[in-house]
Amino acid sequence: MRTLLPWLLVAAVSTVQAVEFSGNVATELLLFTETERIAEQFDENLTISFQPKLSRSWNNRNDEIVVELFMRLDRRDDNRNHADVRELKWLHVDANQEWRVGIDSVFWGVTESQHLVDVINSIDQVEGIDGEDKLGQPMIHYTNIQDYGVFHVFILTGFREPTFHSPEGRLRLPLAVDEDQAQFESSDEEEHIDYALRYAHYIGDTEFGLSLFDGTSRDPEFSQGLDDDNQPVLIPFYPQMTQFGLDLQSIIGDWMWKLELIHRDQDSGSFTATTTGFEYTFYGILESAVDLGTLLEYSYEDRDENAGVFDNDLFAGLRFAFNDVQSSEILAGMIVDTDNQSRTFRVEANRRLGDSWKLTGELQFFSNIDADDPLSAYAQDDFILLELARYF
Amino acid sequence: MNKRLVLAILLGLPMLAQAQTPEEKGLQIAKDADAFDSGFVDFTADMVMTLKNKKGQTSSRQIRIRTLEVQGDGDKSLSIFDEPADVKGTAMLTYSHGLEPDDQWLYLPAIKRVKRISSRNKSGPFMGSEFAFEDLGSQEVEKYTYKWLRDEPCGEFECYLIERVPAYKFSGYKRQLVWMDKEAYRLMRVEYFDRKNEPLKTLVATDYQQYLDRYWRAGKMEMTNHQNGKSTTLDWNNYQFKTGLTDNDFKSQTLKRAR
Repeated sequence: MRTLLPWLLVAAVSTVQAVEFSGNVATELLLFTETERIAEQFDENLTISFQPKLSRSWNNRNDEIVVELFMRLDRRDDNRNHADVRELKWLHVDANQEWRVGIDSVFWGVTESQHLVDVINSIDQVEGIDGEDKLGQPMIHYTNIQDYGVFHVFILTGFREPTFHSPEGRLRLPLAVDEDQAQFESSDEEEHIDYALRYAHYIGDTEFGLSLFDGTSRDPEFSQGLDDDNQPVLIPFYPQMTQFGLDLQSIIGDWMWKLELIHRDQDSGSFTATTTGFEYTFYGILESAVDLGTLLEYSYEDRDENAGVFDNDLFAGLRFAFNDVQSSEILAGMIVDTDNQSRTFRVEANRRLGDSWKLTGELQFFSNIDADDPLSAYAQDDFILLELARYF
Repeated sequence: MNKRLVLAILLGLPMLAQAQTPEEKGLQIAKDADAFDSGFVDFTADMVMTLKNKKGQTSSRQIRIRTLEVQGDGDKSLSIFDEPADVKGTAMLTYSHGLEPDDQWLYLPAIKRVKRISSRNKSGPFMGSEFAFEDLGSQEVEKYTYKWLRDEPCGEFECYLIERVPAYKFSGYKRQLVWMDKEAYRLMRVEYFDRKNEPLKTLVATDYQQYLDRYWRAGKMEMTNHQNGKSTTLDWNNYQFKTGLTDNDFKSQTLKRAR
């Protein structure tokens, strides 16, 4: 796939008249407000990212090649100093059928606090802890669109190992992860071919999706080991899993009800997990144009306590949509583990500046984190993030 | 002859002589206008939206519109955003349904997520502009109740002046005054009154052109807000009718590849 990239780029650029070019360049300032847990970690970091996208369509838009790259220059966190092919695909449309061949990214699901159902892509974890930055996944993706719903078949040709922060990085696990020692349940390791199916439809104001995934889990289990220098490290293990998923969203008046439910089978045991809740919106508060959404989601899983972050957790949030010229938005939320009272606060805000700049701010605090909670690794990683991006 | 029948005819005569009430006439004009514009099948167009604030500073958006006519229900429409650059690739799909709430989906390209959204926010501003969602939606006959006020000249044309009151829920307007020309039912001017019946906005549509020898579309629409001093201008270009769009071009799945 990698050797194909320059050729596709050349092919795309050589017919300049129809090539669309877009993307953004951004600088990000990350400030940690608490002393690092480990001496080698840093307190502040300034990085630059570049995300260009090229596309060219022909055959009356029924064929298209899309290339989207992402790269970040990070001088302090070596593993975050990285590049990825987010997309490199050929799309072909034929009446009610679609084919996508190449590297692509897929989103499934409806809830805000976590994305249980969404399992196709591995997470680019060094880019953020919300699971919304994904590594490009090689695949053949066939879609059939009928009046009674949309059917998807995915053949996932190869596994992308999620990214992990380097030892100097913040927001990392208690020990550094040694990716070179990664272990796989399947003897095919990263070459294992995974399959997925999805059916999605809507009836009136209710949208729903049923999904099945069979293959290498993108969500590793860790064991402790030693690296080449005899330093303790975490060694990721990627089991084979079968996951059934259901996602449901229903709009009833000013309420939006949401449900995600999964059942996952793997050698270490099977478990069921769910996130369910609502968003209730007050439109045009105080006779202004501002909409205020109130969100409440509850997550539960029947795995061992502390196996996952969302084992018995409540998320409450407020979403302000200012509906102004700058499209200003604020999302503020809190997640509480109802078993051990560990709390996470997060605020995200963004606003367009002029016509092509965008300013984003993020703030996250960890409070009262229980020593056994998976979040304990982040307990001293409260941070403030500012990003200024130029779009083109 | 049956005496009762004679009586009924005599009582009925004044009604016949009076013909239509102003409400009936208003509704009839709305129906005629709808019939005049029906049969366009589909159209595509490019729109440049220019927002101007009180100080005269401007900001612009570029949106491509595709609309599919649906017989017996509201139209289906797709809006694809090209500018501002940070929302490039965002697409919105709407199935409008007269008095029932519209079905609406939004595609967010950054996370490749298609999101079903609530169409409840009729009175909210579209992209920070002076156009509310309800001003840009499909204008089905049953969305309003009508009352013909009078005929009067409007620029070079002769217009019907009609008062219409939104019949759908959650409108930001108490009523609207609509000037529509008698020859081809072109919307020339709309005055919007807020829920307190205070004058809120005025829409003036100009530069009409006829397509396929039948369908008239405005080249320019200017919405002025009298309460906040802001205005928004829509410049329409590249109108094409009967382009061969099908139902499959208007599905939430196909939002992901809308270009």
